[in-house]
Amino acid sequence: MRRVVMALAAPIGALLLTLIISSIALWAFGSNPFSAYSDMLGHASKLETQVDIWNRATPLYLSAVAAALGFRMNLFNIGVEGQYLIAALVAAQVGGLIDLPQALHIVVIFFVAMAVGALWAGLAGMLNVTRGVNVVISTIMLNYIAVSGFMAWWVQAWQADLRDGESLSATNLGTKPIPKSGVLPDITGFVEFFTGDIRENNPVSGMLVIAILVGVLYHVLLNRTTFGFDLRSSGINPFAARAGGVQPKRMIVIAMMLSGGIAGLVGLVEVFEIEKFRPNQIQGLGFAGIGVALLGRNHPVGMAGAALLFAFLDISSGILQSTQTASREIVTIMQGIVLLAAVVAYEIVRRVREREEARATAEALAEGVAA
Amino acid sequence: MAAAIELKGITKRFPGVIANDDVNLTVEKGEIHAICGENGAGKSTLMKILYGMQPADEGTMKVNGELVEFDSPTEAIDRGIGMVHQHFMLADNLTVLENVILGAEPMSSGGRINFASAHERLGKVATEYGLDVGLDELVETLEVGQRQRVEIIKVLYRGADILILDEPTAVLVPQEVEALFDNMRDLKASGATILFIDHKLDEVLEIADSITVLRQGRTVATMANDGVTATDLAELMVGSELPTPATSESTVTDVVALQVTDLTVVDDDHRPVIENINLMIRQGEIVGIAGVEGNGQGELVDAIIGTAQASHGSITLLGEDITHSSVRHRRESGVAYVPEDRHHEGLLLGSPLWENAALGHQTQAPYGNKWFINRAGARAQTEIIRERFDVRTPNIDVPAHALSGGNQQKLVIGRELTSNPSLLVAAHPTRGIDVGAQAAVWDQLRAARKAGLATLLVSADLDELIGLSDVLIVMLRGVFVARLEPDEVTPRDLGAYMTGAATQAPTDQEVG
Repeated sequence: MRRVVMALAAPIGALLLTLIISSIALWAFGSNPFSAYSDMLGHASKLETQVDIWNRATPLYLSAVAAALGFRMNLFNIGVEGQYLIAALVAAQVGGLIDLPQALHIVVIFFVAMAVGALWAGLAGMLNVTRGVNVVISTIMLNYIAVSGFMAWWVQAWQADLRDGESLSATNLGTKPIPKSGVLPDITGFVEFFTGDIRENNPVSGMLVIAILVGVLYHVLLNRTTFGFDLRSSGINPFAARAGGVQPKRMIVIAMMLSGGIAGLVGLVEVFEIEKFRPNQIQGLGFAGIGVALLGRNHPVGMAGAALLFAFLDISSGILQSTQTASREIVTIMQGIVLLAAVVAYEIVRRVREREEARATAEALAEGVAA
Repeated sequence: MAAAIELKGITKRFPGVIANDDVNLTVEKGEIHAICGENGAGKSTLMKILYGMQPADEGTMKVNGELVEFDSPTEAIDRGIGMVHQHFMLADNLTVLENVILGAEPMSSGGRINFASAHERLGKVATEYGLDVGLDELVETLEVGQRQRVEIIKVLYRGADILILDEPTAVLVPQEVEALFDNMRDLKASGATILFIDHKLDEVLEIADSITVLRQGRTVATMANDGVTATDLAELMVGSELPTPATSESTVTDVVALQVTDLTVVDDDHRPVIENINLMIRQGEIVGIAGVEGNGQGELVDAIIGTAQASHGSITLLGEDITHSSVRHRRESGVAYVPEDRHHEGLLLGSPLWENAALGHQTQAPYGNKWFINRAGARAQTEIIRERFDVRTPNIDVPAHALSGGNQQKLVIGRELTSNPSLLVAAHPTRGIDVGAQAAVWDQLRAARKAGLATLLVSADLDELIGLSDVLIVMLRGVFVARLEPDEVTPRDLGAYMTGAATQAPTDQEVG
């Protein structure tokens, strides 16, 4: 019971703190915090908004798991952004060029996306172990090379042919459409089984299943496998891990590639939705994922909650704009505050817990001696 | 005339240790005073107290006859005391001049640094004391000896006339040591008082006017450097009585567990840190390595467990060449390791005990296999360790940092000894733990020896070395300088070999 209270104290405390500060911010900008919150919650109770939230949470979650895998080893992969964008672009292009039986076609797209993400992140890992380049620096740099370099170049080079008389616009921008055989089916039908009818043009992404699968694998890998044990040990105490037989350089490259491989899945959510790669809407998930991982404490379930919260806030920003109850930017402020509040709250709880553990141990021992 | 420094009854306690116990020290004005003692004798603590980095628990300090109490180094500096640390504190990308004035810049009007006046003053300080160094050179281009000179100029520039040099020769090559000693003589001629820490006795005898020896936190002697020999000093450092070895029957077999041949390890600058080491340990034998710390013991340990690469020579474990094997392969082949610093290399402090027990053995039963961790097996094994090695803990899920040092160490020893090892590499296995836990660890090591374990024991604790070892090897400057029988060794010999005051005939260096 006590453990549960301790585990929940931090996130609840962080959430309360966020509500208080956001209310002050809303009030200071001349909006009514209560009507803003009730608008946000009111919309979130609608089924189609919930579908939007799940569809938004899916790539956020994948991005968070990618970042978390590095974090567990003290590798700050800030490059999920570049990794997933270049992976999604190449995978969509390959998917549009080939024509294979359905299952195989989808598998090829998945494979390409993960391989490209892994290679791009692996580059940062290699630079670290061979040249001593800090992973934070190299992944940030590789973001620019991926987005402003390769993506900008390839998006133009791979722009799908326009029909006669058609000019390039937001709607036809992007790679060649992926044939139906390469598109991961949505799971709307399955979800409707529980929820009732979902609006036709609002499908639930099949990537949700993949994200859950990735979360389970992440948990198993870290907690049940020797590799995961090695990875966590390296993150907690690299010197002890090395003395325990972990090869630090090899671990860095593998962990970066795994992180990048998962990052490669992030962009597929939108690629399968619009059946091609379009550069304008998809960006920013990599950086958001870092926040989600931080808020979810790298825990598979914690990150799921964090991803849903961030997704809810993202979707709410659109709602606030349409209802005019508050400025949509308040949502960005709230995401920032919740992160800061979480860092503070978790640190406080950690200190309290550490002190309690030391005391409990001392007490238990004192009793043992007396008896 | 009042003494430059007079310390009376200085006592400093840390949890579980008395670092300084009623230390008395008098340093006359204008003399070079050496402080000798083994690692852990309390030299550094005493200097930190004198320089205001730590307060003493008891005792009084007088500087130039005045009673003082320092809360910070700034106050010590105000009294004319300056310290040159063993590890230089210089900014590589600044010039010598900039480094020296950093934090004490002469200002001209408008808040600009007056480099011209700094240049002039520094030039004066440098020539006055015969410290020759280019003021406008970048520190990164300087040799080690020159850097040290910059550090000395730094304290002189701040007006110090009492200098504390913390093991100044540790980082220098012989020619640089000579240059440093010339500088020290010039400083003395200009009226400075120098207090320096060293445990190389030949150096102390060459330069010091008087010598104070510390042992286990106490001053054992202060004497003028007049007719004293290195062997006398060595005996004072080590103590006049050595523990008698526990009279236990030899369990040494004739099966060779570890064979090290011509092993050389080099540092990042390709200088050998251990050179042509030959060592053999048989099953049931404990080989103890004695020596002042930093003479290659750590590198020898690293090379055997595989975290340092041999640049030359070979290592064989039960007939298998493991010279180039990975750490994991060595661990799986039966190399157990008790690191010098359990927090640094031994434990995952934030992780539960059962994960700590698995560390280093995660690929082996019962903890797991190549692919998966066996949680149930690991937990059961941890319970066995807890039982057998008397690890006092409420349960095996508490994080390692919740345990006391002694219990942490029992866990580390337990996980290594229960892994069915063929060689145990134990570095300072009882450092920083209480007496009860120490006795328990010693019993475990003896029992393991009896059961046929080959052990390499590196320690600074002479009780431990003499009480456990079947043979003692003394290490100095990366080589084995002596091989001694624990039940025949005298403090005089041991101290002399450890400090380089004596050497055995070269033929005896082939140890094993």
